[in-house]
Amino acid sequence: MSMMDRRKFLKVAGLSTLIGLGGSSAFELLKPGKVDAEMEHGAHGHHEAANEEGKETGPKTRWAMLIDMKAITKEKAEKIIHTCHYLHNVPNWGNPKDEIKWIWEEEYEHVFTDSYNEYDEVLEKLPFLLMCNHCDEPPCARVCPVEATFRRPDGVVAQDYHRCIGCRFCMAACPYGSRSFNWLDPRVALKKEMAQGRKLNKQFPTRMRGVVEKCNFCVERLDAGKKPACVEACPDVMHFGNLADENSNVRKILRERISLRRKLELGTKPSVFYLV
Amino acid sequence: MIEKALKGSSVYWGWVIFLLCIIGAGFIAYLYQLKVGLGVTGMSRDISWGVYIAQFTYFVGVAAGAVMLVIPKYLHHYTKYAKVVVFGEFLAIAAVVMCLLFIIVDIGQPMRMMNVVLHPTPHSMLFYDMIVLNGYLIINIICGYNTLLADKKGLPCPGWVKPFIYLSIPWAISIHTVTAFLYAGLPGRHFWLTAIMAPRFLASAFAAGPSLLVMILLFVRKVTKFDPGEEALQNIARTICYAMIVNFFFMGMEFFTAFYSNIPGHKATLEYLFWGIGQYGNLVPFMRACIIIGFAGIFILLVPPIRRNPFWLAVGCACVFLATWIDKGVGLVIGGFIPNPLEMITEYHPTFPEITIATAIWAVGGLILTILYKVAISVREEEQRI
Repeated sequence: MSMMDRRKFLKVAGLSTLIGLGGSSAFELLKPGKVDAEMEHGAHGHHEAANEEGKETGPKTRWAMLIDMKAITKEKAEKIIHTCHYLHNVPNWGNPKDEIKWIWEEEYEHVFTDSYNEYDEVLEKLPFLLMCNHCDEPPCARVCPVEATFRRPDGVVAQDYHRCIGCRFCMAACPYGSRSFNWLDPRVALKKEMAQGRKLNKQFPTRMRGVVEKCNFCVERLDAGKKPACVEACPDVMHFGNLADENSNVRKILRERISLRRKLELGTKPSVFYLV
Repeated sequence: MIEKALKGSSVYWGWVIFLLCIIGAGFIAYLYQLKVGLGVTGMSRDISWGVYIAQFTYFVGVAAGAVMLVIPKYLHHYTKYAKVVVFGEFLAIAAVVMCLLFIIVDIGQPMRMMNVVLHPTPHSMLFYDMIVLNGYLIINIICGYNTLLADKKGLPCPGWVKPFIYLSIPWAISIHTVTAFLYAGLPGRHFWLTAIMAPRFLASAFAAGPSLLVMILLFVRKVTKFDPGEEALQNIARTICYAMIVNFFFMGMEFFTAFYSNIPGHKATLEYLFWGIGQYGNLVPFMRACIIIGFAGIFILLVPPIRRNPFWLAVGCACVFLATWIDKGVGLVIGGFIPNPLEMITEYHPTFPEITIATAIWAVGGLILTILYKVAISVREEEQRI
């Protein structure tokens, strides 16, 4: 319900700005992330119950994920991928062309294309886990023509499978290659896998062909007060918490450890950190 | 006036039926794609836009090219274009309809298409693209139809149409600027992230659209009694030549920035397109051909004695049309995805259904053009008899 309010507000704000009625400039219009955050903070402040005492002017909640590269192993990475893909009914097509993936393993040089250090023989051997970075300034949400993908006030970049028209503009815009498109009916692949013993998670909807999907930071679990599934699968590797709260677990870890984020020069402000 | 499209020779009807057959085949292929999903195309997780969006981009340029006739005629009162400007407007109509069709066949959930209107999103460039493309279509229908109708009656163009004609000039610039913005505003796609994208789009558009027009007009002059006028054709050819030189100049600037700065991300796509990376080099022959054919076109259209020969004029225009098509309709969109954001390479192989659908949309454009030109030529032939 509050999502609809937000959309209606944006529409009115957008149109009135276009005809010069609103207070905000056209430049702000082009930065939906910011408008969202500010507006939500003012109008629906009660959403951020996670941190009531926050005195800062910024949002009170910004979820972030820390991946501990000193604790990760190949086995743990695979367990995390399996848990996520099982819980979200992500189909396995068995070929790269139709592939859907929410979280997957990749080598250091492909993950940090801008800051790859060819003399670092430690990082080279580690299985980096890639997922949606839930950017603070998400280019995917900026380009989506129907707001099917949007930044929630708590920092999660969400995807509405029922509104997505499948134009794939978000896939072209994402600088991390985090988005997958259902080129074929995902239920066909799931059925095939179920015949071979895969179980379906009835708590989470399957998707239809022609829409884009990606890691959703487990919004369905966050909204129920739980932590993301990958954190539950390997709590020593994955750390999840509120970046906006300086006393949070993630801020404490970030104070102590060296961390990397992907393609910072693009100004997307990723919320996924790699602890090295 | 439209009834003139219903009277024609057997060759005319044969051509129409031929186009309808291609459209029918494409329609069946589209139903198949609609049933199974976009997986029937060669597109993939890495190459998420293919033939459809590439053709869309190219034909936005063809549509915008009409303005190269409108500006001299209406802003400079260059009367030599009086008889041909309507052909430019009709070409724009056919091209914009093709663009809209290429978008429709490309989206995964076409039945949700109206979401773009129901949930207007001013921070998305696609929102503006929808407005400018549909607007341009309507403007050209108004201008093209009314100027031709006035010609038929032997009256000057009605006064209320004039503002639409003037509006069509900045509007033509806007359609291709916004289309360039679809690409030029994306972080992390080095090949597209260039401020020169919109100017380069416009330069290639002003070469591509008019070159197609000159080829058609040369054909029309040969098979009908309508004569567009040698001076008009020669002048359009000059415009094409200059626009193509500017287009290649801009392309050279892309090369300079990428290779002199020596930044790997900026060089990668150009290297893939023109030399290939490792074992990947599908587009190399196309891109090299583009350069050779493009320069050949420039040469033919630049040297007056060659350009005045109708055969070479047609060849020159064909060269420019083909070179801009390879550049924008093949290399630009596909190249932007190679390498992918993880600096890995996936190549693109369009499939049979995909090509069938794209060909059918070309045929739709051909059919619209045939019908509109038939009407316009019949009107012009009547004028010449009087």
